[in-house]
Amino acid sequence: MSDDLIEDGTGYPDGPPRMGFFTDTSVCIGCKACEVACKEWNVIPDDGLSLLGMSYDNTGMLGADTWRHVAFIEQDKPLGRQNNAVGSMPTAATATRASADAVAGGLGDRHGAELGTDTGGRHPVGSADASLPGPVTADGRKELRWLMASDVCKHCTHAACLDVCPTGSLLRTEFGTVVVQEDICNGCGYCVPACPYGVIDQRKDDGRVWKCTLCYDRLGAGQEPACAKACPTDSIQYGPLDELRERAAERVDHLHDAGVVEARLYGADPDNGVGGAGAFFLLLDEPEVYGFPPDPVVTTRDLPRMWRHTALAAAGVAATVLAAFLGGRR
Amino acid sequence: MAECHPVGFQWVMEAKARGATLIHVDPRLTRTGALADLHVPIRAGTDIALLGGLINYVLSNGLEFREYVVAYTNAATILSEDFRDTEDLDGLFSGWQDDEGSYATDSWQYEGVSVAGSAGKRKQGAKEGKSAEESGKNRSRERHVTGRGHEHGSHGASLEDLHQIRRDETLQDPRCVFQILKRHYGRYTPEMVARVCGVPVEVFEQMARAITENSNRDRTTAWAYSVGWTQHTVGVQYIRAASVLQLLLGNIGRPGGGILALRGHASIQGSTDIPTLYNLLPGYLPMPHPDSHGDLDQYVADDSSDTGYWGNMRSYAVSLLKAYWGDAATAENDFCFDYLPRITGDHSTYKTVQAQLDGVCKGYFLNGQNPAVGSANAKAQRLGMANLDWLVVRDFSLIESATWWKDGPEIESGELRPESIGTEVFFLPAAAHTEKDGSFTNTQRMLQWHHKAVEPPGDARSDLWFWFHLGRVIRQKLAGSAGAMDRPILDLTWTYSTSGEHAEPSAEEVLQEINGWKADGTCLSSYEELKDDGSTACGCWIYCGTYAGGVNQAARRKPHTEQSWVAPEWGWAWPANRRLLYNRASADPDGKPWSEQKAYVWWDASDGKWTGHDVPDFQPTKAPGYRPPDGAKREDALSGIDPFIMQADGKGWLYVPAGLSDGPLPTHYEPQESPVPNLLYGQRQNPARQLTKRAVDPYHPSGDEPGSQVFPYALTTYRLTEHHTAGGMSRWLPYLSELQPEMFCEVSPELAAEAGLEHLGWATIVTARGAIEARVLVTDRMVPMRVHDRLVHHVGLPYHWGGNGITTGDGANELTHMSLDPNVHIQEAKALTCDIRPGRRPRGPDRLQLVEEYRRRAGITEETGTAHRTTKEGSP
Repeated sequence: MSDDLIEDGTGYPDGPPRMGFFTDTSVCIGCKACEVACKEWNVIPDDGLSLLGMSYDNTGMLGADTWRHVAFIEQDKPLGRQNNAVGSMPTAATATRASADAVAGGLGDRHGAELGTDTGGRHPVGSADASLPGPVTADGRKELRWLMASDVCKHCTHAACLDVCPTGSLLRTEFGTVVVQEDICNGCGYCVPACPYGVIDQRKDDGRVWKCTLCYDRLGAGQEPACAKACPTDSIQYGPLDELRERAAERVDHLHDAGVVEARLYGADPDNGVGGAGAFFLLLDEPEVYGFPPDPVVTTRDLPRMWRHTALAAAGVAATVLAAFLGGRR
Repeated sequence: MAECHPVGFQWVMEAKARGATLIHVDPRLTRTGALADLHVPIRAGTDIALLGGLINYVLSNGLEFREYVVAYTNAATILSEDFRDTEDLDGLFSGWQDDEGSYATDSWQYEGVSVAGSAGKRKQGAKEGKSAEESGKNRSRERHVTGRGHEHGSHGASLEDLHQIRRDETLQDPRCVFQILKRHYGRYTPEMVARVCGVPVEVFEQMARAITENSNRDRTTAWAYSVGWTQHTVGVQYIRAASVLQLLLGNIGRPGGGILALRGHASIQGSTDIPTLYNLLPGYLPMPHPDSHGDLDQYVADDSSDTGYWGNMRSYAVSLLKAYWGDAATAENDFCFDYLPRITGDHSTYKTVQAQLDGVCKGYFLNGQNPAVGSANAKAQRLGMANLDWLVVRDFSLIESATWWKDGPEIESGELRPESIGTEVFFLPAAAHTEKDGSFTNTQRMLQWHHKAVEPPGDARSDLWFWFHLGRVIRQKLAGSAGAMDRPILDLTWTYSTSGEHAEPSAEEVLQEINGWKADGTCLSSYEELKDDGSTACGCWIYCGTYAGGVNQAARRKPHTEQSWVAPEWGWAWPANRRLLYNRASADPDGKPWSEQKAYVWWDASDGKWTGHDVPDFQPTKAPGYRPPDGAKREDALSGIDPFIMQADGKGWLYVPAGLSDGPLPTHYEPQESPVPNLLYGQRQNPARQLTKRAVDPYHPSGDEPGSQVFPYALTTYRLTEHHTAGGMSRWLPYLSELQPEMFCEVSPELAAEAGLEHLGWATIVTARGAIEARVLVTDRMVPMRVHDRLVHHVGLPYHWGGNGITTGDGANELTHMSLDPNVHIQEAKALTCDIRPGRRPRGPDRLQLVEEYRRRAGITEETGTAHRTTKEGSP
């Protein structure tokens, strides 16, 4: 399928415009209504009850049983012109690094252990003498911000999961979204390492892979996806991708004018490594802080070149073999 | 607000997107603070000091909205010579009675005017019955010298002779409210706010500037609070302090202003309008009293007001009696007024628990309530329930209040044994709101109808079904009885039609009954149609009009895009579909909008009537220039510049001459349990607060009292977005439980270092009531505060957990106590003291021993913390 078709019209010459998500994390209030609405609509099982200690995030990451995930990031950094008064309080060093270490230690090698907790905290908790009124230590934390962001499948323009799927279970819909057909997936799992974001995941008990469908079964009926419907602050916006990109650019300008100079878009650029994401984000820090790869590249990008090399090599081998036969005949 | 009311918070975010400044005041940085322009960390329990500081900032810098204040508030009113302020009495007001532990409030009145409390306020249990023979004037005067909260209704006081009020509109008279206010708050300086609240001066000033610069003719500021403001021994005065500030800044009765009470559940507003409260009848009519209310005339004479809209109380009461008893209620039998129960005292929830402990209260219905987890001093709640004959629990799941007799903490500790508990417990599964028709009334007084989406599962039934059929069966059993005591039940109008397999009563018929009918059966359209001759029936006068024209107005769903920005056709708001109360104040005294931008309701001189975007909250044709003639009654006694029409003087009350138990002006007192002394007065706590003085409910030493260091930390409790109150609606649901899967406590890194706590480790939190364990979250969102001469650390505890459900854990209310606000009897769960230590709590009887050891170390007796007056001087 031509990339231009996906960008311009989803690959379906007479189809609807390409639809997607714009997740504006600057207005996310971390209510997790998106997580719950997603699970309710798509009948996804619960993901286990474990206190992760990653701020208020007890989901951890996207997975087969979590198609929306809200990250919570506590940082000793300022947010625009916000005043959290921490600088004038008698505070000692930040807890964020110590918390992150505790979480990482507690979770072991579980993927995503540090997701949302790599906050740039500078100092571990010291044994502060808190008996005196006054700054506990000279290096007391001065700033505080609490970022929240709802993550989801990016519905890439160049979707590696789709490229590698041998059964055709993964397909591009008329809305330009990428969907797994659960009755076709055979559980081969090729798509799992192919995803540059670590989104698609196998469910342990049935082996098949699961991820966000952008509520394909709602879009056809003219309804918006469950998460966008449930989001009280319109942090999650659904619509034609062109319009969303326009709106997002305006929003970034507005935030810059309001002093939030760190606001930036992630995944909106059609020239990025995945040809632009169908679900893109407005972030208030580096992507890594939220657990996003900084510069994702479709893992199948080099396949054509590799296949060309392979074909050349194969041709070479064939020629050699042929030559050998021909020579042998002589 | 983002934390507990995320759906409503969308409008805050919309306001922010339009340029509004958002300020969040909270001991912790919550999800609200994350989005705010300014987070003001405050020591729990000190909000009146902060609000008093803001009031002082306004008054000492001359920032009040002068024209509004002079015309629309009681700032100019002169007070009685007998009044003494906290400035004179080291933190007490005049009228304090040591022997009663309460105030006599007559010295708080306006000069020359006898002020009666609001509807529903009366002296309880008067020994002599002579009051029935006295004139209404003397009776009401006698009633109002006591200050018991439950005797107050929900409206302004009555002024028996409005025309004798003396006013000084220059606001210079030293006895005028404005000058008294200035003096009272003079000591609430920014530096004092910093020392009491822990709010740094520069943060306070940033907040004060933001609020005052945004409050004028062109701009308004709104305050929103959740139950965090109400759960204090001075909870009512918290709200009053905000009211004083908002009136001074001209932010009441104007669009974008007000004080918004964010309720703890859906339709808590509805359950006070048509009350589940023991002291009120629907529409805030008071419950009659046995001594002074022998007949309807006496009841009305006592509680109606000569002036203001409350003067029509007889029509509201008679229409209610007609709704209850229909044809049986006639003028000849006083409309069955005798059938109404009489109030015999304070029957609020914590008094009821004590009555259970005393063996007086024998039976208990719990409808969607889980006191074994959600009420203060959960142990006292369970011990009370263990002393009942019967207990009925109606809920979705087997909540802790239904199973404490077999698996509660007292079973584990050996204090109770199931075989020795005599309480017969009935559990009846309840339907969810999606499984039944009905209405929600939100904080804006707006009714929104919801339709049943699915049938309730299994044996689950709606509350309406339960109460209707319980009444039907009782009436069947009583049928044919000749006993007079059975008439009130047998004569009830109990005729709702039912449908379906389970004979579900029609909720819409109930709404019609609430709305009211004329004698010919047509629906009433406004409370102004109510008559006192028995020709109208109305189940709740303020809801009259919600079924106007025979149409369920609460079910209206016209999108905001298809109507005006006030959106009057979405749902229906009481009274009279008015979206903003007291909106006459949105126009200046001449009836013109204060500014183009804030135009809302105004006087149209050419048409001779009030008009605007909303339904005017004023007599439609009363001109701004109207002045009442001598002897005018009811609403006619209010002038054309009196916007607060439910108050007898039509003014917003900066100062409350009657109606409150603990003072006419909000004053900072420390919580019942506090890590510091009161820096403002010798009087430490609210002197009129209620105390149980029971072994099951011991209090800590406070401030600098010996033993207070045993409980050195401030403790505050709260809710999380992911769970709902006591957990009955969330701890049984996997999708919610996985989002907050375990009970935890939140501490600052500084407190963690001091107490030896580790992130994700265990901590034990101890008070004199109990000990619980929780996982530790060390977070920068908690900050130590520099208060007085010390650092104060907070321990934050969500209170959702209990022993049942998918996610289980110890309940925070094992730690809280039952010291109460004296006006509304609400517990102080938001500010108390505790100790915290690393590790899990002891099991079984060892847990009791740990608590006992703490009590011993702190030297706690039944007397600890129970002194009402702590001023140095003699009795004032």
